[in-house]
Amino acid sequence: MIANNSAATTLTTPSDQEIIITRVVNAPRSLVFDAYTNPEHLPHWMLGPQGWTMPVCEIDLRPGGAWHFVWRRSDGTEMAMRGVYREIAPPERLVCTESWGGDWPETLNTLILSEEGGKTTIRQSVRYPSKEARDAALKTGMLEGASQGFNRLDEYLATLA
Amino acid sequence: MPPDQLSTIFAALADPTRRAILAHLAQGEASVKQLAEPFAISPPAVTKHLKVLQRAGLITQGRQAQWRPCRLDAAPLKDVADWLEDYRRFWDASFERLDAYLIELQAKEQHDREQ
Repeated sequence: MIANNSAATTLTTPSDQEIIITRVVNAPRSLVFDAYTNPEHLPHWMLGPQGWTMPVCEIDLRPGGAWHFVWRRSDGTEMAMRGVYREIAPPERLVCTESWGGDWPETLNTLILSEEGGKTTIRQSVRYPSKEARDAALKTGMLEGASQGFNRLDEYLATLA
Repeated sequence: MPPDQLSTIFAALADPTRRAILAHLAQGEASVKQLAEPFAISPPAVTKHLKVLQRAGLITQGRQAQWRPCRLDAAPLKDVADWLEDYRRFWDASFERLDAYLIELQAKEQHDREQ
């Protein structure tokens, strides 16, 4: 399944336990790896839509080391996420667990960076422990999505061809 | 929507021919023969794909004896699409910022080297 509404960021679901996002950025991968793993850099960009900041970004970059991110919206809403690093292989590979707490299932996230001609292809996969866990996450996300009232079906169907 | 139906939807959408069939049906209802035309596959093979899509609740098939038109039922698809689109949108917005930030970092590196 492919939901690719812009030329830039591609999302695919190659199996029923995995979601993959890819994107090409115009920088060498050593710098991109740093942007993903240095707490000085992350709050500058990993912010999602407009209106969010990242007041907490703690990174203990070693296998078994913990990470903890908190995002805050201007109205005070907070989202927190934490996990543990499993593999750190700069500048090409980073593996960690990720959990949003509550009913959200813990996922195994793999970041792979490949460089060609000074550009870096970012490929990040999120793997759910089971199909059931993926579905549970999907259900939670669906409730949030529905409350935002987005209607992007037409757009989405156009990408199915 | 029960979780097992979500899995069925994901499995149904995993196949490019089935995605193309859905895109075709997004333009309006069509017969099995019409759906088979753009693909190099037989109507029976299309029927197999239609059964998978039907089980996932993504299409319905009419009862008229002659041409039994297929119709898209987009509601379940919308739920999945919304969820994935929210996720993609988060990353797309973040990558836009990353692009700009990487340019800034490289300019700074360049500047430091020249000092």
